[in-house]
Amino acid sequence: MEIKTDDYSVRYDEATATISCAGSLRLSGMEEYAPILEMLNNAAEQQAEQLNLDLRNLEFLNSSGINVLSKFVIHVRQRKSPQINVKGSTKIPWQSKSLKNLQRLLPTLELSFE
Amino acid sequence: MDSWYTGVRTHNAQIFGHYIDEPPKNIEYLVIGFSPSSIPLKQRWRNNGLSADFLADYLQTFFIADNVDEIKANIKNAVSYIANELLENAMKFNDEAAHFPTSVVLRLFPNQLMFYVTNSIKPDAIEEFQRFIQRLLTEDANEMYISQLEKNASCEEATQSGLGFLTMLNDYAAQLGWKFDTVNHDTGLEVTIVTTMVQLDVPTA
Repeated sequence: MEIKTDDYSVRYDEATATISCAGSLRLSGMEEYAPILEMLNNAAEQQAEQLNLDLRNLEFLNSSGINVLSKFVIHVRQRKSPQINVKGSTKIPWQSKSLKNLQRLLPTLELSFE
Repeated sequence: MDSWYTGVRTHNAQIFGHYIDEPPKNIEYLVIGFSPSSIPLKQRWRNNGLSADFLADYLQTFFIADNVDEIKANIKNAVSYIANELLENAMKFNDEAAHFPTSVVLRLFPNQLMFYVTNSIKPDAIEEFQRFIQRLLTEDANEMYISQLEKNASCEEATQSGLGFLTMLNDYAAQLGWKFDTVNHDTGLEVTIVTTMVQLDVPTA
């Protein structure tokens, strides 16, 4: 399953339990982000054990997008599963600045950078 | 400034936070202006990202020392993020009926960047915005950020995330200020304009 435009792509691979985001996400509000949030929430419902969120190629995320990731993480916290593993890149500065906030919302979330 | 407007009545200006009036022009600066437009917001949205990236790319020219790749990447990312958020806000809260141009100014100092984004604001949005500003200036930004995320998650209808300024404060250690002012349209109408200022310290290259 994939949502793809010239600017970004969000792909869910059920077999590896991985959602990969790439490109620049600057949609204009929650309404435009709704399909992406739905994909994230559906994946969390399908995967009982763990779900990987691969953001290593996500160059840009606006504050509405940060809100979407936070909503997703809070949703998982309420469901108490699956385990969320977020992968970021040290080469993309916003990730080391902003992704740590997800851990404050969900302390069991695993965050790694490469 | 649009010729339909007859100047700013500064005696009415209201200042919030760390606002510094535009400094002398003997420094590098770049201005991008957007004329009032009837093109729907959705179609203009892409301009925010393009303009923000342009500002960030343009700035790279001024960091010429060797071995500063990491610093450059950090500054580029911060400028692109902050300019994009400021323009998104300006486009969202702009009073379209006022036909007032929106502008973004980026000023470059040796150790500091200053952003000024000016736009009109809808009369019924002013009070709520100023209340939000007061909270930003008096509350702990870190706590406010997390509580805003929790609040957004529990409120399905919330269309504004309210996170732009909070991420600038928390994740980018920026300083924020605002100036509200009124201008007179030649039809006799008064329009409220707001300039949002963001200061960002940058490491010396």
